[in-house]
Amino acid sequence: MSRLEISNLRVLFPTDDGLVKATNDVDLGIEEGENLGLIGESGSGKTVLGMAILRLLPKDARVEGVVRFNGRDLLSLREEEMRRVRGREIVMILQNPTSALNPVLTVGSQIEEVLRLHKGVDKRSARKRVVELLKMVRIRDASKRVRDYPHQFSGGMKERAMIAMALASDPTLIIADEPTKGLDVTVKREILKLLKEVTERKSMLFITHDLASAAEICERIAVMYAGEILEVAKTEDLLDDPLHPYTEGFLNSLPSRGLKPIRGIGPSLIDLPHGCKFHPRCDHATEVCMREHPPMLQIEDGRQVRCFLHA
Amino acid sequence: MLAYISKRILLIMPALLFVSIISFSMVYLAPGDPAEILLMSPEGSPSPEAIDAFRVRMGLDQPIYVQYLRWLDNVIHGDFGYSYMSERPVADAIMKSFKATLKLSFVSMIVSIVVSIPLGIMAAVKHNTIIDDLCRFGALIGVSIPNFWQAFLLILLFSVYLDWLPVAGYGDGGDLKHMILPAITLGTSSAAVTARLMRSSLLEALSQDYIITARAKGLPEKIVIGKHALKNALIPVVTILGLNLGFLLNGAVVTEWIFGWPGIGDLVVDSIYQRDYTVIQGSILFIAVIFVILNLIVDISYTYLNPRIRYEIVD
Repeated sequence: MSRLEISNLRVLFPTDDGLVKATNDVDLGIEEGENLGLIGESGSGKTVLGMAILRLLPKDARVEGVVRFNGRDLLSLREEEMRRVRGREIVMILQNPTSALNPVLTVGSQIEEVLRLHKGVDKRSARKRVVELLKMVRIRDASKRVRDYPHQFSGGMKERAMIAMALASDPTLIIADEPTKGLDVTVKREILKLLKEVTERKSMLFITHDLASAAEICERIAVMYAGEILEVAKTEDLLDDPLHPYTEGFLNSLPSRGLKPIRGIGPSLIDLPHGCKFHPRCDHATEVCMREHPPMLQIEDGRQVRCFLHA
Repeated sequence: MLAYISKRILLIMPALLFVSIISFSMVYLAPGDPAEILLMSPEGSPSPEAIDAFRVRMGLDQPIYVQYLRWLDNVIHGDFGYSYMSERPVADAIMKSFKATLKLSFVSMIVSIVVSIPLGIMAAVKHNTIIDDLCRFGALIGVSIPNFWQAFLLILLFSVYLDWLPVAGYGDGGDLKHMILPAITLGTSSAAVTARLMRSSLLEALSQDYIITARAKGLPEKIVIGKHALKNALIPVVTILGLNLGFLLNGAVVTEWIFGWPGIGDLVVDSIYQRDYTVIQGSILFIAVIFVILNLIVDISYTYLNPRIRYEIVD
């Protein structure tokens, strides 16, 4: 059974320059216990997608479609009902822990808050649990560090604290937005290991531009470009045999595969190209790609690709 | 923390010394001779002998640095000298005026906080709505109206037409009835600035990532704003409140004068008119001390609001 089923999700932002189409008719499902990677370059709409699930976008954003979670459509819930989903059933780890933690509250109290709100525990046992959580994410001297403020933590420790905060309510789905951004390689590896470990029996939407990180901890990967999902595949299949020219280009731009960039730049989200959104940058583009918008094609074994090459 | 405070107090000393030198010498640069003004009688100017005698008696015949050092030595021992005019101790005059100012400042501050903080929060929370516009419009008016004019309007309405409150005066030792109008005048004008700062600083806090984190936790908006945003947003507001209190305590000269409030502002203006050197020097130094102490209090309260500063101090 799908834990989360997104259908026809569209997010629009009205601006002075026109309507920004941040995501366009996204269909995406996450199975129970699955880690799904959502990769794409910056501006592809992956963060917006994550925020839209929890309805955390600014009020002026127009969100259309269905986000079904455990059978309920999150987008049609009342605000109070939604609040009981946020932080309890679905949690979000924001990118950049330095700005995502409140600078004037201790790390411990920020984790404690989640426990008090969603677990209904008293202050004493909440404090004890916070220390346990910090120990679980391997923060040394947890019983002492619990009283520290965020600025006394290193970048890696802040990320660990964010993970501890996410785990506090024992959620079923974790949305992690670039949790390893800005961390050095060794710390990054440790954080990935930790994330993999703690999401053993949970579902996770892992948002990143770093394919290597996604490949390390996700069973499946979805590739996003200009607000659209272009390809969804099992991680091995995607790495071994990318079907979409954009995925192929993305792989070839990795340092380990020759650092060959995709020509051109991403399109403006206000004035999207007609037909396939990737065609101006695509080496295989034909006349039909400019004229028609390719549908999502179902290839064998649950694999999906949005490209006329495979029609 | 104690080391930090003593370090700050040590740093205050040179500042106060500087203020004392300036205030002492400025008075001598101003035209007008106190001896002449004081000894002036209906019969005409005083005789040169009388002026000389007065100067010797008051120590004004000495070179200025001798006068300064003698004065400084006395001040350090708590002796501000005697007023040339009333011949009463300067310290007594300052304390009496300061008591009146303190009372008025306290009530004005309450008016200011009670008006500005809720207004600023409301404007930020109801950002870009008619409520926000009204709050901003109110604040703009508050900033724009000069105190003296607002004072006259209040007097006209509440004292002349409605006859609810006295026009001016100190009443029975500065009672509340006499305090209401000056306190509203002073409180609302500083409230306007504070409300605007509260609004912008809360808006700034509300746009930060940690607010998204707080919302993503499922916290009710009341706690997101009241705890996560407000604790950050209050940091600059406290500075402004401290500065406002500084200005109030140093005597809101115009307002005190209009309402006949015998505060420190009133005292300074009177003593300048009368070339009452000892009173001018004493009260300026006193004002400087008050300002510096308030700044220190604001800085210390900062460390409680902002842990980043607290730990810099300890390190």
